[in-house]
Amino acid sequence: MTPLLDVRNIAKRYGARIGCADVSFDLYPGEVMGIVGESGSGKSTLLNCLAGHLEPDAGEVLFDTRAEGPRDTVTMSEPERRMLARTDWAFVHQNARDGLRMGVSAGGNVGERLMAVGARHYGQIREQALDWLERVEIAPDRIDDRPSAFSGGMQQRLQIARNLVTGPRLVFMDEPTGGLDVSVQARLLDLLRGLVRQMGLSAIIVTHDLAVVRLLADRLMVMKSGRVVETGLTDQVLDDPQHAYTQLLVSSVLQV
Amino acid sequence: MTDLNQYNFAYLDEQTKRMIRRALLKALAIPGYQVPFASREMPMPYGWGTGGVQVSAACLTPEDRFKVIDQGADDTTNAVSIRKFFERTAGVETTERTAEATVIQTRHRIPEEPLGEGQILVYQVPIPEPLRFLEPRETETRKMHALEEYGLMHVKLYEDIARHGKIATSYAYPVKVQGRYVMDPSPIPKFDNPKMEMAAIQLFGAGREQRIYAVPPYTSVVSLDFEDHPFEASKVDQPCALCGAGDTYLDEVIMDDEGGRMFVCSDTDYCATRRAEGHLGALGVPAEDSAA
Repeated sequence: MTPLLDVRNIAKRYGARIGCADVSFDLYPGEVMGIVGESGSGKSTLLNCLAGHLEPDAGEVLFDTRAEGPRDTVTMSEPERRMLARTDWAFVHQNARDGLRMGVSAGGNVGERLMAVGARHYGQIREQALDWLERVEIAPDRIDDRPSAFSGGMQQRLQIARNLVTGPRLVFMDEPTGGLDVSVQARLLDLLRGLVRQMGLSAIIVTHDLAVVRLLADRLMVMKSGRVVETGLTDQVLDDPQHAYTQLLVSSVLQV
Repeated sequence: MTDLNQYNFAYLDEQTKRMIRRALLKALAIPGYQVPFASREMPMPYGWGTGGVQVSAACLTPEDRFKVIDQGADDTTNAVSIRKFFERTAGVETTERTAEATVIQTRHRIPEEPLGEGQILVYQVPIPEPLRFLEPRETETRKMHALEEYGLMHVKLYEDIARHGKIATSYAYPVKVQGRYVMDPSPIPKFDNPKMEMAAIQLFGAGREQRIYAVPPYTSVVSLDFEDHPFEASKVDQPCALCGAGDTYLDEVIMDDEGGRMFVCSDTDYCATRRAEGHLGALGVPAEDSAA
């Protein structure tokens, strides 16, 4: 079985400082990978390199494209990469405002990706938008409201709907639950878990919240100072941490 | 100040005109593509047609006959002042008759009378970027044009239908030129969009934004729409009150403060010509009786 994403020795430097270095891993279809680590450990840099937002200084990111099999997205031409970014990939930002068009209604936000890949039938676009709003638990009568009239949790759910509407195969998530209160977080996680399982999505989730990866991720990668210090199955890493930093991370979580 | 020797022909110096002509040639070679040019300071404020004036200046020859229309009319401030400007600085003949003009500078309208080969229509453009209000970054909009990523344009139309039940954009209605570039046709009413597939050369000048673009003769110009909400060239459903024409774009004129109003052709030359031919609308007076 070919991995959906095959990452080899990705490195990104900011001048003399290291963003991330020597990161390699495979991601298989249907698998959810969690990346945890403290602030400044290079999680987001890594995610942005994988999603094509940043150009890595070294390494390869092989994505198993539908048409041509594994292709290196780093050396791929920009139009191809942007095409991937709006069809097979999805990117969920931490701050919903970065991922949404705040001046456009909820329906327009969900429909944008459809229109970007050529949908030109208003009725069908709207139908699909309604369907997706329902799947992320947003009332259908809010379809013509702007995201600025939504609560933080709703905005985040809208962002997810907008990203998943074209049926992507790989979702990048950067702190999807950051900045939300715990009950809203729980609902969002529940929703995400349902969608990931239903659609058989592969996902890479960057977070510093261990509870999020415990719930969502199959495998876990722990980063510190731009390097991967430990990898393994989520439960294995969290229950029996080997590296000193992972032990610190796991023991730092407050038990209520 | 009418001494012609004080100005170069058509105000601009020859180097500037060459620069603009180069931009125009490039624009004609890539229909709908916005070519940057070094817009000059003109003796009129931005928003009064500085882009159009520079394009006209670069196109005019001493043998040309020049016409200026502003919202269809030949006799409004903008039209009169630009016409005078070129009368003074270029000494070209001017006219109000569409058929007789070789270069027509226009703001917000395409003449009703079909233009022919050998005529040039120059548009004044305030904001040349059709994607601007959806995507504020110039770097990003240029990339979107380069990669033909025009989904966003339909998001705007989607929003129109979601809010108003139909596509409510009634002017500056986005078009796709020659199946490639999406273009802002300048704020002409969408009624004029189908006319853009014409025999004349169409040049667009945006002075403040420093862009020139063009549509060569007989180029396909398609208004964007949805399959279930097709494009419609709308106008007021009435005939002209002066000349009775039923197929022209109409202006609303308020008659009194009791709700009285009339609709008249916005193209004054077309309306006057029809009246001279004896056509009469509901409120019209025969041509020989009218003071104008």
